[in-house]
Amino acid sequence: MTYFADVAALARKDILLELRSRDTLPAMLLFVVSALVVFHFSLPSDASATASTGLLWIALLFTALLGLGRAFSAEREQRVLDGLVLAPCDRSAIWLAKSLGVLAFLGVAEAVALPAYALFFGPVGWELVAAIVLADIGLAAVGTLLAAMAAASRARELLLPLLFLPLVIPVVVGGVGATVVEDPGRYLGFLALYDLIFAILSWASFEYVVAE
Amino acid sequence: MIRARGLGRRFGAKRVLRDLDLEVPTGGFLLVTGANGSGKSTLLALIAGLLAPTEGEVDVELPRERIGYLAHEPLVYRELTALENLDLYGRLYHVPERRETIGALLERFGLWEARHQRVGSYSRGMQQRLALCRVLLHDPELLLLDEPYSGLDASAQTLVDDVLAESVGTRTLVVASHDPEHVGPLSTQALALA
Repeated sequence: MTYFADVAALARKDILLELRSRDTLPAMLLFVVSALVVFHFSLPSDASATASTGLLWIALLFTALLGLGRAFSAEREQRVLDGLVLAPCDRSAIWLAKSLGVLAFLGVAEAVALPAYALFFGPVGWELVAAIVLADIGLAAVGTLLAAMAAASRARELLLPLLFLPLVIPVVVGGVGATVVEDPGRYLGFLALYDLIFAILSWASFEYVVAE
Repeated sequence: MIRARGLGRRFGAKRVLRDLDLEVPTGGFLLVTGANGSGKSTLLALIAGLLAPTEGEVDVELPRERIGYLAHEPLVYRELTALENLDLYGRLYHVPERRETIGALLERFGLWEARHQRVGSYSRGMQQRLALCRVLLHDPELLLLDEPYSGLDASAQTLVDDVLAESVGTRTLVVASHDPEHVGPLSTQALALA
């Protein structure tokens, strides 16, 4: 129970920091809506649903990347991560709390993005919502680990996309697949398996990422 | 308590510490002096476990919850208030009677009136005092203080003197300073880094 109390304290801090600084979520919201508007005008009117769904996933992926780029900025600027690493809590609690924060920001961004998508491109089915929920878990889990790795590097702006995008290709495959086939179960299962594997890997390896 | 054998640390091609042996017994007070860049901060970070040695080894016979580490930066969030920062650390360190302890520390270090202000609006001296509150919050057995007088005015320096004086014999202390006049008389060991 102590572990989850630590996670709750750290996650609460991340939400509070965002409410105070407002430097991540507004940027994510503006980006995702802008991207969908651009895609709306650049896609031919007779484009297939597969094309518009693909563009939605691209918009969501880069929105996540935008949020992840700021995920450890407060810790990096003041070296607060050193203080957290020295605390006696399990270091994976830092990863889990940060992942929950990223997940919450992604959820808010998508709560705006999906109505915009429906407005510009067409109806949003349950399979798309289910795929996005599952994809978010994987994006937050992997992305938070990679954001912590990138935060320790001087070339962090370059490193994060280079590490993140190749690792989340399966998320795009599963997400687009689940929304264009008649039976999305196989692809949703694939996304759930991705979440499970990468959440465990990220949880177990975070300790080594932050311990120099 | 603290034992180092052949301790060394490189940052890329630059060697900051080389072949350092030291032993600080429980309750001892090691004063580390040296010019800027001589490796004082690196030594403290190695003892704290924030850095890994590139040569040799360092052993600290304490779990990390019993260590208090004062760095150059206060290691607190600028967007949070002093109270929120200490509350976060108090929760992570599972400090008993957290609120009372935080209140007493803020009072002692003259930050009670400013407890609801964001740390970003604090002066350097106030941030250093808050950092000292953070370090003492969980009543550590080992205090690692890197330039504890940095940015402090005369009255706050007296507070640090008091903390050090009351810690002598009850805590193990490692203090890095390039101005040892305050702590020199209290220390039991000295290490001059070149």
